[in-house]
Formats: sequence, C-alpha cells, structure tokens
Amino acid sequence: MRYLPKSPAERAAMLERIGVRSADELFHVIPDEYRLRRDLAIPAQMGESEIIEYFRGAAQQNGSGFASFLGAGCYRHYRPVIIDSIVQRGEFLTSYTPYQAEITQGTLQAIFEFQTMICELTGMDVANASMYDGSTGAAEAVMMASRVTGRSHSVIAQTVHPEYREVMATYAQHQGLPSTTVGYDAETGRVNLDLLDASITEDTACVLVQSPNFFGVVEDIPAIAEIAHAKGALLIVSIAEAVSLGAVRPPVEADIVSLEAQSFGVAISYGGPFCGVIATKEKFIRQMPGRLAGQTLDADGNRGFVLTLATREQHIRREKATSNICTNQALVALMATVYLTVYGREGMRELAMQNLAKAEFARRTLAAQTGVRSLFDGSPRFNEFVLATEEPVAEIQARLLEQKILGGVDLSRWYPELGHATLWCATELNTRAQMEAAAAALAAREAVGA
Amino acid sequence: MATETKHPVGAPTPRNTTLGKVRTHPTQNEGLIFEKSSPGKRAVRLAPLDVPEVDAATLLGDALRAEAAPLPEVSEIEIIRHFTRLSTWNYAIDLGMYPLGSCTMKYNPRVNEFVSRLEGIAEAHPYQPESLAQGSLKVVRELEQCLMEITGMDAITLQPAAGAHGEFTGILLVRAYHESRGNARRKVIVPDSAHGTNPATAAICGYEVQNLKSNALGMVDVAELERIVDEDTAALMLTNPSTIGVFESEIHRIADVLHAKGALLYMDGANMNALVGKARPGDFGVDVMHLNLHKTFSTPHGGGGPGSGPVACKAILEPFLPTPVLARRSDGALGWNYDRPQSVGRVRAFYGNYGMFVRALAYILANGPDGLRQTTEDAVLNANYIRASLEDLYDLPYKTASMHEVVFSDRRQAARGVKTGDIAKRIIDYGFHPFTVSFPLIVSGALMIEPTESESKDELDRFIEAMRAIAQEVDETPELVKNAPHSTRVSRLDEATAARKPILRWHPVAG
Repeated sequence: MRYLPKSPAERAAMLERIGVRSADELFHVIPDEYRLRRDLAIPAQMGESEIIEYFRGAAQQNGSGFASFLGAGCYRHYRPVIIDSIVQRGEFLTSYTPYQAEITQGTLQAIFEFQTMICELTGMDVANASMYDGSTGAAEAVMMASRVTGRSHSVIAQTVHPEYREVMATYAQHQGLPSTTVGYDAETGRVNLDLLDASITEDTACVLVQSPNFFGVVEDIPAIAEIAHAKGALLIVSIAEAVSLGAVRPPVEADIVSLEAQSFGVAISYGGPFCGVIATKEKFIRQMPGRLAGQTLDADGNRGFVLTLATREQHIRREKATSNICTNQALVALMATVYLTVYGREGMRELAMQNLAKAEFARRTLAAQTGVRSLFDGSPRFNEFVLATEEPVAEIQARLLEQKILGGVDLSRWYPELGHATLWCATELNTRAQMEAAAAALAAREAVGA
Repeated sequence: MATETKHPVGAPTPRNTTLGKVRTHPTQNEGLIFEKSSPGKRAVRLAPLDVPEVDAATLLGDALRAEAAPLPEVSEIEIIRHFTRLSTWNYAIDLGMYPLGSCTMKYNPRVNEFVSRLEGIAEAHPYQPESLAQGSLKVVRELEQCLMEITGMDAITLQPAAGAHGEFTGILLVRAYHESRGNARRKVIVPDSAHGTNPATAAICGYEVQNLKSNALGMVDVAELERIVDEDTAALMLTNPSTIGVFESEIHRIADVLHAKGALLYMDGANMNALVGKARPGDFGVDVMHLNLHKTFSTPHGGGGPGSGPVACKAILEPFLPTPVLARRSDGALGWNYDRPQSVGRVRAFYGNYGMFVRALAYILANGPDGLRQTTEDAVLNANYIRASLEDLYDLPYKTASMHEVVFSDRRQAARGVKTGDIAKRIIDYGFHPFTVSFPLIVSGALMIEPTESESKDELDRFIEAMRAIAQEVDETPELVKNAPHSTRVSRLDEATAARKPILRWHPVAG
C-alpha cells in the first residue's frame, strides 16, 4: 500500500475527529446485503520489480526484433527523446483540464500552440484542442456537418479507413443520419468522381474522404470539393497519416478536416491513446465539438489563455451540446506539439520527403519480384502502397515472418475484390536493407518452385 | 506582443512571505514558441537517406505542397526551456492536493508510465499477427477480468476512449437490447444532479432526456421515479455514489422499479473510487456501467486526457458489445472475435486507449485486493475528515453521510457577497487547486471537494486551515477573497472577451 500516505496513528486520529470507530463504519449507508465481505478475487499485491517483470514478460511474449511495414492508420515514426522528457513532467502529466486558468497557463498556452500548428498544417482557420482519435473525430465531423447544413445524409468514400467507417456507422445509425458509401476507381485507387456526384442528393450534408486514403493514394481534393460544394454539401477530409502534410498539399478546399495526429510523435501502443483533432473554417466555429483554448488578457493587461466558447459543450448545454465529449487527449496533443516544434518548418518537409523516397524505393523493389504487382501506379501516393500478388497473402506472410519481417496488412478482410492484396507502409525508419530482405522473401517462392 | 506588467524599478521584491504552505517563487516569462522562431534554427537531424532521392513534383504532381508549413524554427535547448517554463505555470497533483470533486485527482504512479513505455508494449501494432500480440492481449485479458470482478459484472469492453465515450457505448448497448426485443423505447431518465455528459450522451444516442428531480436528501426520489418510468423508458442513468457524494441507499428499489417496466439501470462510474473492494454495482442491480481508468485506476489526467472508459455489463447485454471482443481460441491463444452479429458496431478504431490499460493494470497489481480496499476506505475517510473539520463554517446542504466527496454550499459566504468561485480563486493563494465550483447543479453555489486517498493527514490539515482562514477572511476582508487570486502569474482573465472575439490561434505579426 505504498501509495497511501497515512500511518495507523494518523488514521486513528482522523477517525476520532469524525467520531467513528473504524473506516468501515463510514460505509454503513450501503445496505448490508450489498457490502462485499470478502477480498476481491484479483492478483495479490506486487512489488514494483514484480510489476516490471510482469510487463516485460508480456512484451517478450509479443516477440521482438521484427522489421515492420505495417501502417494502415498507425504509423511508425521516430519519436524524439525530449517528447517523453517533457510530457512526463508532473506539472503536465498530473494536471487536470485547465478550467482554473490562473494555475493552468502552461497547459493552455501549449494547447493554443497546438491549435495554431494544426491550422498551419491543414490550411484551416481554427482547430480544437483534440478529439479521442481519427475515427471518432471523423464521426463527430459528420455530425457537425449535419448541424451546419441542416441536412442528414453523408457520402463516405470506400477508400476511408474501414475501421473509421465502422465507427461513423455506429455513431450515425441512432441519430437518423443515413450514409452512402462511394466506391473507388479500380485504376487510380481514388474515389470514383462520377459515382460520388451521383450519390449526392439535396439532403447530403457532407462528403467525407480520406487523403492519403486507405490505399495510400492522395485524393483529388479540389475536384471532390467542387462536386460537393456544387450541391451544397460540405467536404470533410480525414487525414490518418499526418506526416503527409509535410509534402502533400493541405486540403484547403475542405470545410472540415479531421486529423489523426498519432504520426506526430505518439507511440503506436497497440492502437492508442492517439490524438484526433477537428479543424475547420472560422464560420463553423460554433458548431465545432470539443474544447478550444483562446487568447485573452488578465485584469492587469497580461496576455493569458482560457478555455473558451464553452457554451457549445456538455457541461453547460447538457442535452443540447454539440457533442458529449469531455475528457480529450490533451497530453497526446502536447506530444504532437513538441514533435512539431522539434521538426519545425524544414524538418517536417525533409521528413515527409524521406517518407516519399523510402516508400517509392520499397514499392519498386518489392514490385520488381515475379508475381508481385503494385496497384494504382498512376496516382500520387505518400508512404503507403498496395501490392497484389499471385500467391495467397498467408503464404507470403509466413515467409516474411521467418525472416523476422512484418509485411503489409492483408486487405482481403475489407477489399476482397482486390484479390491477394496487401497494404505496405515505409517510413523514415525502414532501412533499405529491410526492403531488400522483404523483396528476397517475396522472391523466395520462385526458388522453392524451381 | 504581450504587454507585461512591469515591476517598479528599485522597489524591493517581496520575499519570505509565507501563506499556509506556500511562499512566492519567481516563474519565468515565456512567449509563444512562434515568437522564438528564426529561419535556419533547427532541433532535428534525420539519418541520411539510404535510398535514392525522389522528385516530389513528379511523384505528387498537383498534390505537392507548395510551401512548407510555417512551423517554428528553434533549437532543442529552446524547446526544453519553453515547455519547462510553461510547465511551471501549472498546478498539478505532484505539487499538492487537487480536490477537484468528481475528477478523482489521485496520485499517478510512475511505474505505470515506465511499463507502458517498454518497447514490446509501446511499439506493438494493432495489425501485427495475433501470434505476435499474445503479450498485449494478455494484458487486456487480465485487466478485463480484474474490472469485471471489481464491478461484479459479467462482460466488458475496453474500447471506449473516455468516460463520456463509455456512456455513449453503454447507452448504445441499452438501445440495442431494447431493439432486439422489438422496441428501442423513447426516453432516458437523468437525475438533475447528473454530470452534463449524461444528458448529452442520451441525446446523441437518439433518446429524449427526461429530467428527474432529486428529493430533499439530494437523492433519487423513488416515488417520483416510479411515477415517470413506463414502457417508453429505456434506462435511468444514475451516478452512485451521487454527485453530492452520497450512496443511493435505495439503489435496489430503484433497480426494481426500472426492471418492472423492462427498463435498465445504467451507472455512471465516475465515483467508483468510493466503492472498489467495498461494494459491487453488479450486486446491487446495475445492468451496465462505465469506469474511468483516469479517475479510479490512477492513469494520468494529463491536462485533460487521454482517458479510458471501459463499459461493463450483465450477461443480457453481452451480445451487443462493440466489435471486436477478446476471446480465447481452442488452442488456448487469445484473439479478437469479429463475428458478432448483434454488436452495436465499433465505437473506436483498433482496440481503445491501450496504453491506459497497461497503466490501470499496473495500478491494480500494485494494490491487490487489500490495497484497493484500503484505498477506498482512505478516500472516504479523507472526505469525511474534511467534512467534520469544515461543517461548522461552511453550509452543508445535505446532511446525508458522505462517501468519497463532500459538497458544501456558499450560502453563508454569499450573504457577504462572496461566491464559491471566489473562494476557489482564493484557495489558489494558499497553494491548493480549487474544489469543483458550482456543480452539482442541485446545490446553489456548490463547493464539491474530493480529496482522494492520496492526501496525507498533514496536507488535509493544511487544506482545512486554509479553508477556515478563508471563511474568516470572508467575514473580515471580503474584498481580499473577491479579488483573488493574488499570487498567480496572471490575475483573473477576461473570459467574456475571449468568447465574444475569439482568438484561437497565433498569427504572425506583419512586417
């Protein structure tokens, strides 16, 4: 009980002041039949060294030393050491939502800086202080578009991360917000613009696309925006690989951008915690979900920051709020802020260019193997690409695993029409040697067959 | 640029003035990081590219970004100083008592941070083969089992990312359950003492919110509940202990009233820190509830997140849990089961805020059954100690026994023109984070104090002294309290202008 700062004598003195004989007496208001009179059946107390051993054991069970080409919404990027040095400062780590502005200026100013950086990267006017992640952020963006337009229907590209689409479906289904999924062009891997146009009706609140999309292909945002806007629908652009913004044109034609900021220095950690963020045009601020930090002055004229426009939020508006979100991902947003500060103007561009180069080399090297073909070659891509193989994916994966390589994600679960297809990602952390080893493993089939 | 109030040249800086447990200490001024930027400075060096360079314009065409985003250009030492200086402007649990009611600001053990960053855990990818994720899955399994045992429930999902997200998931389960029986029903009942997230959640799940007035004790008026529950009622969302820190002792009758009409009992687990190891919601009639790992199970609040909001439920709701659910395969391995035809669907990509699962499990393992029980007892002991030490000076609107938090009102101080918000600002000068102000709404001018188990008797005594001193100040020098805080870097901020003319990002100064 090393976390409890009281001696038996101190407890006794406190009980005496309260006027009870034991702490258990304080629980007399719980009817006797609901009192737990036994120990919880959970593991016994462990010492710190045992806890570390337990989790080291778990880490080892996962296997180690694998070269990874997994992306698909969770990206491996180098995390500068100072991110953890900063976010582990107790003043950031163990502080609450900055409702008391006078003693949370550190968090508030950092959020304001985060909001500014997200605006600069995405080309939007305002960004909120964070959402849970990219998937829930996308769902909230759809609801926001519905409030803005007074329309209920959404059109969602099939090239959006399949798990994001599932989350949007869960959110929408109970609010009478129907949606249509629009397929992609088999040649380009981009959303099919004719189908898109045909799917938009007078009741369409928004078109939602992801760019780079789930296949790694950059969508034609200006063309999509034109189609959506022509019919009075908003355009929401979801971005899962945020580092792409270092090289890819920001989606300035969008009305709402829903970004997953995991790539900005956040550990993959088996899928979370990550950091969603919604950015939008100034005119839509009041329909935005989530917290916002704003600049103001104190009574003496000093610059300071506060949480603002809270009349949108649940603690004020209750059932009429723009969202039920309360806790967000503040500390993860701080990680992203530190990351963007470390990389800075030049670093972000250089980093994105390295990703571009690595993915291009990996794609060429892998696709050069017999029986392997890369899809959607005419389209712009960032750091992910799809390979189609003659061999079933399971067989390829098995050979790659033998070489301690985690190959691309099997797409058959979501896109069976692509046949034996895998989604590969190469970032600045993938070495040429890893790519060549993966190519050799793909090629090994020939040797076996020969 | 910011205007800074200048200290008169030559005037002595006040020193060694101690108030309670604090003495002033200089903090450094620090502008926005953008204001430190200068072209050519950098804090990063990438490894040399080991593959051929590419022509981005060829690869990306029109999709190429024309101009680099104007992110700050600074060096590493400037970044460390920048954020370290900002950090010194924050109050935190690590500095002292943080009795923010309903938020359970307890100690965040550092071993939790350490184990969540172990390489094989922090770098596990959600799509790596299950055979290479058995360690990650074992942690999920162990935490699920601990939480089911603690809550007395039959099934659980760890997917929701925070408490409100858990509420959303829980109410979707309720909805799916009713739908499976032919009718989703129309309304959700929410007591007037509830957190704002409860009605907001019911609304986004497509339910009409019916308000339930609390009785004279601040508790659920069971007769009134009985009157309004009908076949159109999907559920009651109840916080227990309630937001005034009181255990709903008629909880089982409440459950019976609901169940008699086929409605379900949802419990907001925000106040679970009052119950762990002492009573289990599953034993007193709750059908579905969420937990806040960032409250009860010590994962850090981090300035507002990340949280994690597991939802535990009875077997009748299990078929509707979000996909995927963790299952044990015939060969003994753990794996995700996606074949869940009655599921409400996904509520988040991947499997939830996994890093928080690791921390929460580390906390449970550090405590064990006896430690968790002692933790709960200490949390309740601390709240009652504060109550016993302050109720002669502060109005206690509800005399019912307190659990883990105590709610006073500012009635006596308001008579002298001092409001709960003023008292909150003044306690900052004494070196404490304020209590929760003006919530719950059923108490006019509420002071909601939740000390948690993490406070020593000494720290509690300092807090009590400070609150007693403020009560005296209200009588003798009310202006001192009304203009507080006096010791912070910034004085009271102009929130009205911030909302009327929002400045939500920095813009470069022209020229």
